[in-house]
Amino acid sequence: MSSNRMPVAGSRIALVAMREIRMKLRSKAFLISTAILMLSVLASIVAAGIFGSNQSKTEVAATGSAVQVAEAYENLLVTVSDSAEAAIQLVEEGRVEAALVPTATPGLGFKVVAKDSAPETLLAQLGVFPELQVLHPQKINPLLAYFAAIAFGLVFFISAMTFGTTIAQSVVEEKQTRIVEILISAIPVRTLLTGKVIGNSILAFAQIAAIAALASIGLAATGQLSLLGQFGPSIAWFVVFFAFGFVMLAAMYAATASLVSRQEDVGSATSPVMILVMLPYILVISFNSNPLVLGIMSYIPFSAPVGMPMRIFLGQAQWWEPVLSLLILLATTAVVILVGARIYSNALLRTGSRMKLSEALAG
Amino acid sequence: MLEIRGVNRSFSGRRVLHDVSFEVETGKLTGFVGANGAGKTTTMRIILGVLAADSGEVYFNGKQLDDSVRHRTGYMPEERGLYPKMRVAEQLSYLAQLHGLTPERARSNAQALIERLGLDDKADKTIESLSLGNQQRAQIAASLVHDPEILVLDEPFSGLDPIAVENVQGVLKSRAAEGIPVLFSSHQLDIVERLCDNLVVIADGRIRAAGSREALRSEFGSSNWELISDLDPARVKSNPGLEIVSAEGRSLVFKANAEMAQEVLKQATALGAVDRFTPVEPTLAEIFREVIE
Repeated sequence: MSSNRMPVAGSRIALVAMREIRMKLRSKAFLISTAILMLSVLASIVAAGIFGSNQSKTEVAATGSAVQVAEAYENLLVTVSDSAEAAIQLVEEGRVEAALVPTATPGLGFKVVAKDSAPETLLAQLGVFPELQVLHPQKINPLLAYFAAIAFGLVFFISAMTFGTTIAQSVVEEKQTRIVEILISAIPVRTLLTGKVIGNSILAFAQIAAIAALASIGLAATGQLSLLGQFGPSIAWFVVFFAFGFVMLAAMYAATASLVSRQEDVGSATSPVMILVMLPYILVISFNSNPLVLGIMSYIPFSAPVGMPMRIFLGQAQWWEPVLSLLILLATTAVVILVGARIYSNALLRTGSRMKLSEALAG
Repeated sequence: MLEIRGVNRSFSGRRVLHDVSFEVETGKLTGFVGANGAGKTTTMRIILGVLAADSGEVYFNGKQLDDSVRHRTGYMPEERGLYPKMRVAEQLSYLAQLHGLTPERARSNAQALIERLGLDDKADKTIESLSLGNQQRAQIAASLVHDPEILVLDEPFSGLDPIAVENVQGVLKSRAAEGIPVLFSSHQLDIVERLCDNLVVIADGRIRAAGSREALRSEFGSSNWELISDLDPARVKSNPGLEIVSAEGRSLVFKANAEMAQEVLKQATALGAVDRFTPVEPTLAEIFREVIE
């Protein structure tokens, strides 16, 4: 009889995790909402691309050999200048969006001169990457920064909430149906919790990674390569931060959900965690132009997955800052998992009215 | 053999188990009876390790029953539950694997039990779509699917239709015959009486009686006798230490020790024909009542 058994802890964690994933993927509501989320990400990128290339004519100044280049584009309104200086003067005065001036360096043979930020529309219309000179660089277009804040904030919020709620409901489903008694007569409580956290984290990570990949491919496919270049590193960090940040949130969702025994009570039990998930979203939208608030956010483990990528995008973070913040996040995650597992173990068999957090901690 | 030794447990200061000790013999069906709140479920949860005892131990074949052995136990909790949205076969196979079976073995065990319990056409249905009776059968399958070496079932017969009761009795008997200890609680005393080899009676968290059905009968069963004769109940009553349970026409049921009963029989034969004279086996319900009083 025992030859048919394989009592390996790892394989049981995998079993629990796989079940979580399988059941979620079977839910039509989840598949539809994921499809809608993906489509809206793609749609907003495609819309931005179309919007960028279909605009009314862009006014540029050109001189020398660059005049020919500029006039080859139908949607550029070209002012011919006598010299490079004259063309740049027009840019300074704000009468044209950018100047195209010839260069001696090999390549396209011309460069683009702009006043305070990269002329995204123009670059999209050109479809090539000429040398770019910005006269008075403002690091990031404020509108773009706002867009980035919404994107990071919203994606974090939606994904963390979706999968946090999933693990919370899954914990309560097991309590409510009482199958938890059978489960913990078969496997240790920690194995069960670990499997659930890992399963849902894999789902959440897969969704975030898919959105990031979709956004990158979308940007590339619609010719918005300069945007992709700007967003690339922050998107990559966002995925990394989210992966660990979600493990921490999942443990918190599981622990708070284990305090109640009915699906109707999941919402109120997990509301403190919900606030922790919502706060970074609200803060990053309100304070994306405030370096101090962003700086603090990027080190607090709960808001770091939004705050740090935002600062990386804005060029405010030194190379070591995301590494340090990630270490803080990892340490916090470890502590949260330990405390969460304790609450979960103590609360799992209690049915009836909602258990107090202090009771669950004391055991 | 499964041994429960000196188990105590309190909930928020209230002691619910007092030094609970009993044995569940290998290859035997042991019935666990007691009133609501007597401590049956708590005892079973402690055996399964779902709940920790304040003190006391549980041994299986002389070794402490710890996490290394625990996945080989089969448990049916009092409050039923399986994943509502999982399909029957899938769910049984999952639970078997969770108990450490290989995927192939898990699937074949699940299939065999589905057939044995008459769920053939329900294998690919979700639990929530089944009738209550069929959910109950699936629940029993869940406790058996991983070839458990110990079976602990809390009220396995409640909610079952008569055919399913027969069915499950057969399954439990054959599992016991394969040589594993089976402990189950029930308040359907007639089923326990029919099915069990051994009995454990618990009241107010204390074990009041434990042993084979016959031993308990002779220990606790009040000795009743049935007599059909011309003897007048009023006359019988005059015998010291005798108590009349019922009297109807020529039929008389009375409680007395064997000596006294023989004396009554003599009085009856002296009067005329005796159509029947027999000891009345006490029912489990009677034993139960007497034990917990």
